[in-house]
Amino acid sequence: MAKPKLHRFAIRSSRKKTIEVIVANLFRLMTYCVILAAAYLFFDITANGSKAVFQGKAPFINIQFLTEKPQTLHVFEPLEPYNEIQKRRTQILQLQSKRKALGSNDTEQRTEYSEQIDNLQAEIERWDAQRKAERLKYSDDAYRALDHTPDLSMFKHQTYAYSGGGIGPAIIGTCLLVLGSIAIALSLGLLCAIYLSEYSRPGKTLQAIRLSILNLSGVPSIVFGLFGFGMFVHFFGWGVSIIAGWFTLAIMALPVIIAASEESMRAIPRGFREGSLALGASKWTSIRTNVLPYALPGILTSSIMGIARVAGETAPIMFTAAYALRDQLPWEGLEQPTDFFFQGVMALPYHIYVVSSKIPQNEYTRDMQYGTAFVFLFIVGFFALSSILLRIHVRSKYKW
Amino acid sequence: MNLAIQPERPKPNSASKAKAIIETRDFSFAYGPTQALFDISMDIHKKEVTALIGPSGCGKSTFLRCFNRMNDLIDNTRILSGQIKISGIDIYKRDVDVIELRKHVGMVFQKSNPFPKSIYDNIAYGLRIQGIKRKSELDEVVERCLRGAALWDEVKDRLGDSALGMSGGQQQRLCIARALAVKPKIILMDEPCSALDPVATAKVEELIHGLKTDYTIVIVTHNMQQAARLSDRTAFFYLGKLIEYGPTEQIFMNPENPKTEAYVSGRFG
Repeated sequence: MAKPKLHRFAIRSSRKKTIEVIVANLFRLMTYCVILAAAYLFFDITANGSKAVFQGKAPFINIQFLTEKPQTLHVFEPLEPYNEIQKRRTQILQLQSKRKALGSNDTEQRTEYSEQIDNLQAEIERWDAQRKAERLKYSDDAYRALDHTPDLSMFKHQTYAYSGGGIGPAIIGTCLLVLGSIAIALSLGLLCAIYLSEYSRPGKTLQAIRLSILNLSGVPSIVFGLFGFGMFVHFFGWGVSIIAGWFTLAIMALPVIIAASEESMRAIPRGFREGSLALGASKWTSIRTNVLPYALPGILTSSIMGIARVAGETAPIMFTAAYALRDQLPWEGLEQPTDFFFQGVMALPYHIYVVSSKIPQNEYTRDMQYGTAFVFLFIVGFFALSSILLRIHVRSKYKW
Repeated sequence: MNLAIQPERPKPNSASKAKAIIETRDFSFAYGPTQALFDISMDIHKKEVTALIGPSGCGKSTFLRCFNRMNDLIDNTRILSGQIKISGIDIYKRDVDVIELRKHVGMVFQKSNPFPKSIYDNIAYGLRIQGIKRKSELDEVVERCLRGAALWDEVKDRLGDSALGMSGGQQQRLCIARALAVKPKIILMDEPCSALDPVATAKVEELIHGLKTDYTIVIVTHNMQQAARLSDRTAFFYLGKLIEYGPTEQIFMNPENPKTEAYVSGRFG
């Protein structure tokens, strides 16, 4: 067969083109991997966490979970189904071992065992449904309020720490920590960035300062936690307190904020500064009226993102601000107003750490574990989203 | 070569020292280790247009920016010798307030740089930073400046619109209007037409010509015809030195220095 004659612009295969196609598809594949990983993470947490947060009947959101304090969960398992299930589980194990021990020729025997196992499984499911219908779950408060405890000859009593009640104090604590550290980090970071980008003279010293600030963002969070513990908790004598947590988180967020603010300010055209200076504006006036407003969208977005990132860290607050359990809300039981700043709080990241590492994983604790993670994800997402909306809003006001 | 020098132009009075508003004496200036200006002495006269011409990198923009101390913004700049006096005051003396100086000596930049605000706010900016907030006063100044920059009729219906929606030529005239708002005596222009098309250039030139009756204008330009059309006096710079300075007619028609002659006739630069 004669080859069709190729015209001048016809596609000809070559090694260069093959590489081109392979490279493009490699990039695509990697991107899909990242998206897939992120999607799985969100799906898993949302699917499991929504069980704790949402409910079938109005108001559809489990208010108790979001507002109550964590409590011990008291579970009363009905003994009869429990025992029946345990018995069948043992039988299944036995049968499985027997089936394993069979030679390869005993197909009949093998099918028989398999059928028996399936029957037992079905029975377990029936008993399990009964167990779920009959079991009693009480949070600590409700348990204490009971007039007479369930009959222990009919029920098996088990307790699970942290698994009852809700995560109200942790939500409040995290919001307090985030808001306070935004205020501190933004004011410190912005002033520092203004000085570095507008006032300081370029040179070796400035380079060194920039480099050290950048390096600060590479310091592991546990080191910040220990620094905060040594500096604020011990040296300043603030104890484990909100204010120590604020400063630790703020210092951790500073490098990101300074770098981003400086970048945003340097992106403002020189002409705006010169234009206003030539009209007789002082340096600060020119920065205030012609640099900051236009740099603000970028500064705010990256700062809030930075804080949201830092607020998710467990290590820095572990020693400085967070309590595993505290049965008072931050505004309860204050002797004087300043005590507000010098008290520890519960915080979601630390709560996640506690419930996922300190209590067993089973059907009674799962809701709390996933629910906390879901709520936390939602709060961090809310901060990130609001920063983006803020940027869109401010950006549309100042465009060049 | 058509130099288009208007015959009705009054002859600049070269002898009168009293009319000099900017006096430069032996002025030398350096960026770090590189000296940019060498011993420049020249007088710029009141209510005249003075053009600074010369090939790129000859120091004419640097010289212009010395008049309102814009070079202070650049690091490592220093004055090696000499002085610049504006209205008889040495502007590089320690007791000079740069802010007051810059109100007195306005500037229009090569690249038009209106602020990303409304047209009105752009003009009012210079007054607002001085603390003037009265609406009636601002309105009056905005109208006066826009009329002064021959822009009023084009924009009077859209003062609230963003200045960035204007055409390039309008933006540059807005920058001139903005400079007028703080009532300067001297206006420095650093190649104000270099980014404009011929029609917009013609409008800006017309405006400059009209401004001459009230302001002293110093203009840096690459365009020799523009210098010839606009200016009363012309200074030719070459490699940081002032080669020749005199009435425009003389520089273009009858230059004393062979380098000037070569440059204005287009043989180099």
